[in-house]
Parts: sequence; structure tokens; C-alpha cells
Amino acid sequence: MKTSHPLVLEEIRLALGGRTLVELDAVIGPGEVLTVMGPSGAGKSTLLAMIAGFLDPAFEARGRVWLRGRDITSLPAEARGIGLLFQDPLLFPHLSVAGNLRFGMPRRVKDRAARIEQALAEVGLAGFGPRDPATLSGGQQTRIALLRLLLSEPAAVLLDEPFSRLDRQLRHEVRQLVFDRLRHAGLPSLLVTHDHEDAEDAGGPVITLG
Amino acid sequence: MWLRLMPTVVFTLLVGPILAGVAMVLLPAFGYLPALGGETFSLAPWRELLDQPGLARSVSISLASGLIATAVSLAVVLLFLAAAADTRLDRWLRRAVSPLLALPHAAAAFGLAFLIAPSGLMARLFSPGATGWERPPDLLIVQDSWGLSLMAGLIIKELPFLMLMSLAALPQLDAPRRVALARSLGYRPTIAWLKTVAPALYPLIRLPVYAVIAFASSVVDVAMILGPTLPPTLAVSILEWFHDPDLEKRFLASAGAVLQLGVTLTALLIWWGLECLARRLGRGWVVNGQRRGGERWLHLTGRGSLVITTLTAGLGLGGLALYSVAGFWRFPDALPTTLTLGHWQTALPLLGGPVTTTLTIAASATLLAMLLTLAVLENEQRGGRRPGVNGPLPAPGRRITAMNLLYLPLIVPQIAFLFGLVVLLEALGIRARLPLVIFAHLLFVLPYVFLSMAESYRRFDPRWTRLALTLGHSRNGAFWRVRLPMLLAPLLTATAVGMAISIGQYLPTLLLGAGRIATVTTEAVSLASGGNRRVIGVWALVQASLPLLGFIIAMGLPRLLWSNRRGMRGAP
Repeated sequence: MKTSHPLVLEEIRLALGGRTLVELDAVIGPGEVLTVMGPSGAGKSTLLAMIAGFLDPAFEARGRVWLRGRDITSLPAEARGIGLLFQDPLLFPHLSVAGNLRFGMPRRVKDRAARIEQALAEVGLAGFGPRDPATLSGGQQTRIALLRLLLSEPAAVLLDEPFSRLDRQLRHEVRQLVFDRLRHAGLPSLLVTHDHEDAEDAGGPVITLG
Repeated sequence: MWLRLMPTVVFTLLVGPILAGVAMVLLPAFGYLPALGGETFSLAPWRELLDQPGLARSVSISLASGLIATAVSLAVVLLFLAAAADTRLDRWLRRAVSPLLALPHAAAAFGLAFLIAPSGLMARLFSPGATGWERPPDLLIVQDSWGLSLMAGLIIKELPFLMLMSLAALPQLDAPRRVALARSLGYRPTIAWLKTVAPALYPLIRLPVYAVIAFASSVVDVAMILGPTLPPTLAVSILEWFHDPDLEKRFLASAGAVLQLGVTLTALLIWWGLECLARRLGRGWVVNGQRRGGERWLHLTGRGSLVITTLTAGLGLGGLALYSVAGFWRFPDALPTTLTLGHWQTALPLLGGPVTTTLTIAASATLLAMLLTLAVLENEQRGGRRPGVNGPLPAPGRRITAMNLLYLPLIVPQIAFLFGLVVLLEALGIRARLPLVIFAHLLFVLPYVFLSMAESYRRFDPRWTRLALTLGHSRNGAFWRVRLPMLLAPLLTATAVGMAISIGQYLPTLLLGAGRIATVTTEAVSLASGGNRRVIGVWALVQASLPLLGFIIAMGLPRLLWSNRRGMRGAP
């Protein structure tokens, strides 16, 4: 499933109580990762919330977000086609590994069981489908979370410090996997982090806030 | 969109009937009730009320039991929490307290009565050895004219309530660190807790405390079982007047109900005065630098009194069970000579109907309460997070006000507005008894279901819902497929709480059902005057086991369903 369109952030300006937090104007091409860095409180999460559609009404938001040639600024979150990878893997604890993957897949996809099995095999987790997610290691959980995101066929991806909870050794490996898969799928991605190595591995342009 | 109307619906549902009920008590109290020929306002009902023999005593006992039962319960809870360390006994006690909350008032009262009566378990255990009694002494212990056994019965039930409310509030206070800090300054642990945690804890449990005062000063079923009889407490007298075949007595009953409102209000005002006093004296005590005096004494009292209360409730239940299977049982014998299932066999055919009715009412009221609760909480979650809309933030404090309102049905005495509601419904010609009883139960079930559900609902990590949305599910889809399954355990607990509250209701069933709806509770309480302990044992035990069964299911079901999901075993 290859996509080829940019995520356009047009003259975004976020403010709280009249104080400007974030100003950003950027085009993220297909398969490109834009890294946004900055100390905590610089408005990184607010920027993600605005793009994903969860912005608290207390914030004043200006600017437009374009995806697949459409203005998605006022669409509800579930209709935007934007996928999120959080700091924690957040695998649904009441579903199996396969249930988690299935949860995100669009209904029109045919032969879902086979696709899930194939996707698991590609990341070295073949046969993990019926497992309880709570029994997986941290790295395995992150990989499942990534698969869930990809199988939901988003048109763009937001990464909210998804590697910060992994230990150093694992971090590099998982990071490579994530960026490879995103590039391979041709998804425009926005990474928020305060780890410089994250930015280096992402290989795209870097913007520093605050 | 209909979700947005829910807070208003719940508000109307809780406040409407109470206002209407109080109004329909106020009018007849001043002689106005056209249906019974009261066309003009007069003070005649009040004159009649003041002429009732023993009124002053009734009022003082209602007032005293409200204040003393609350004060003792609160003191025991605070002292226990202050003294409790993380020992096995303390953990066990904390856990033993929650089933006590499920125990219906009537069953707890019967258990206590069987324990402390002159021919009860306690007297048998110590006779003739310690007491020298060969036959039951001629003492008025149960239903004593001072209301002491009534207060004891109330303490057994109200203590677990305040304990659970405190345990729910404590995590916000970071008690271990406060105590650790005080201990590093040389304070002994119990004193440290009382000086650093208790003053911060009390404001958080103030409303539950008020609810306890209101309940204890106006309770009917416990007072019918354990309270004095000549005269009975004010609330019981009102019920007797209301049920008098002479309909003229309704005016008297209404005046009495207004007086009851006044009595409860006075109890609350006195308590508030005591609060102010305690704050003044307490402020000095907290900073007087005294670090260790009385530590041992406080420590022992705190744990000892909770052990005694739990033991009393447990022994009481044991007593009910023993009586229900007792055959021949001579007085000073500690145990019956013969055991029989005869009482159960006789009662069994009679139990079916009331048990079914009880469960129907409890299930309906709880289901309604749960739907309303979920709708309000879900609306709260969705409000203020609308994408792309810069709506105004909800006014600060609005949530607080709404929360306080939930306590209204728990703070206005049942007897003071329920029969006003009956009068109103009679005037309107509404006679659908079962739906009315369910509705009346809903008034008391809703607050508890809401209070027990709200905490876990609001604490639920919002990222789960966001995640479901970014994976393409709608808000409703996220609710059904993520939030509800993940909150199954607290949901079932709240359901069990709601069922337990409904099962224990006496007055709403009796009044709204016009005495024609028989539940295990109304049946058990009506047996009180007969005094056949073996039959009472059967019914009270059935009454006590129904809510317990609910809690067992509520705890067992998630473990069964999530046996293969380690992440679901702890509370989310």
C-alpha cells in the first residue's frame, strides 16, 4: 500500500491565553520524516493534538492542515486518516495481539487473518497472534503497535516520542524498523522528540521549537 | 447529541421528586390537602403533633442517634486509618469492610439484636459461667429506651461506608509521604497521621459524613428493629401515623415529617458547629509540638474498635445462620441441642415471590442508574474536546456542584419526602406500583452507582480513546469496543453496589408500593414485631446473601473472562 502525497501544515499558529506556543509552516513529503524538537512545555504535544484532531478548545488554533489534497482541519479525528504512535505501545489489554491488529484494520480489507499473519512474520513475530499482549517484551509491544498503525492504512503518521521508553540497545533497532517501514509505505511522518539520535536516525529535516 | 441533555435529565430526576415530595408534605402539615377535606391552612396538625405523648423524647433520640452514631463511626475510621500499618491484620480488616457495606441495614440490625439480646448469643456464651444466669435476665437491651442499641446498629453499618469513602479519598493525599515527613521530625506514626493527614482528609469525606448524619437521624427499618418503642423514634412514629386507618392522621404525619426535616437539619447544623469548634481547637493541637503523648492509647483504640465492630457484624451474621437451623435450644446452652432444616423448608415456598420481586426491582433500578451514569460520564468526556470548535470551557466548579447534588437524595430524610411523593401520586391517580417502586429505588441507587463509577471513568487514560479514533473508529465505537470492556471490572462493582443498595431499601418499597409489593427486606422487617428468631434468621440471611452474591459475581466474572489477559487483572 504505497501512498504518494504530502502532509501540508500551512501557517499553523497555536496560542494559549494570547501567548503563542508554536508557529510552523511545513510540507512533509511522502516517506519523509520531519522531526520537531524542543524542551517540554514548548508545545510539541499541542501541535500533535491539533493535527490529529484532539486539541483542547482552550487553545487558539490558526492555520490549515492538508492531506490527500483535502483540508482536514475541522474533520473529526476518526475521519482524518492520521495515525498516532504514542510514548507507550498502548496495546489494548482486553484484546489478543491479533485482536489489536484487527481492531485498526479497515472493514473493506479482505482476508484479514492472512494479512495479520503475514505482517507478524515480517517483523519476526510469526505465530504471536493469539498471545496476550501483556506477556510481550517492550520491544515486541512497540513492533505490534507499529504494525497496528500500518495495518490501519493511515495517510500520514504522527510519532509522539515513541522510543523514549525503550532501553538504549533496543532503541536503535526499533527506530530503524519504524523509519524503514514508514519510508517504505511512503507515509509523510512528523516525529516529536527531545532525543538527538532520534532526529539523526529519522534522516529528515529538523525544526526546533521554543 | 442526546448525550448533552443527560446532565439535565439526571438533575431533574433527582431534584424534581424531592422538591415535589417536600412540597406535598409541607402543604398538609399546615392543614391543606383538599383530597382529605383540608381546604384551608391551619396550625391544627402542629397542635396535634405537640400533644403527642413522648414527642420530646422521640425527637431527642433521633437527634442523638444521628450525631452520636456518626461521631463514633468517624472517630473509629480516623483512628484506625491513623493506627493502621501495612500488617496482614490491617489489610484483612480493610478488605473485610467492603462486604459489610453490602450487608443490608435490616440484616445487620437483626444480627446485632440476636447477639446482644438477654437470651442472645452473647448472654449464652457467658452464662451461667460468668454471669450466673440460669434463665435470660429481665433486661431491656435491644430496643432500650436510650437508643443505645439503635446507635450500635447504625455504627456497624455506617462505619464501613465512611471507611470506604476515606479509602477512596486517601490516594489523593499522598499520606505515606506526609507521615514519613512528620516522623522524620520526631512524631510517632499515629500522631503523625492524625496531625498531617486527617485535617486534609476530612474535607474530602464531608458530604458522606453529612449523608450519614441525615440517615442516622431519620432511619426507619433499623429503628423498628433496634430502636426504642415507647415512644419510638420520630421517623417510626411518622410512619405509624401515616399508616393509621384514620386518614385524618395524615395531617399529623405531615407535620411530623416537616419536624423530621427540622430535626435532621438541626443535627447537621450542630455538626457543622462542632466542625468549626474542632477546627479551632485542632489548629492549636496540630502545631503544639506534642509528638508522642497518647500514641499507644490511640493506636490500640483505633485498631481495637474496628476489630470489635467487624467481629460484632460477623458474629451477628453467624447468629442469624445458627438461629435459622436451630431446633431445640435451652437458654444457657451456647449451641442448639438439635439442628433442623425445618425453618428453611417452611420458608422456601414463601421466599420465591419476594426474592423474584427484589431482584426485578434491583436489576431494573440498577440498569437505569447505570445507563444514566454512563451517559453523564461519557458526555463529560466528550465535552470540551470537540475538534475544530473553540467552544467555551465549562465553568469551573460546575462539576463540583453537580457532584454535590448527587448527595441530595442521601441528605434529605427519606421519610420527609417519600410520603409527600405518595400523596402527590395518589392525587394524580398514578397507581403503577412496581414502576413507582423502581423509580423510587432509582433515586437512591443512582448516587451510589455514579459515585462508585465516576472515579475509574475519569481516571481512564484518554489516550485509549484517542488511539481508537486514530485507528478509524467513531466515538461510539471507541466507547463500546474500548472503554466499556476495559472498565468492565469497575462497571460490575458499581452494578453490585447499586443492587445492594436497592435490595436493602425498606421505606421506598413500602410507601411507593402501598404495602403491596413484598421484597425480602419488607418481609424481613415486618417479621421484627413477631419475634420468631428462627424465621427471622432465615429471612435476614436470605436478605444478606443476595447482595453478597452480587459482589461475588462482580469480582469473579472479570477474573473468568480475562483469565488469559494479564493486563486486565489489576484495576485499570
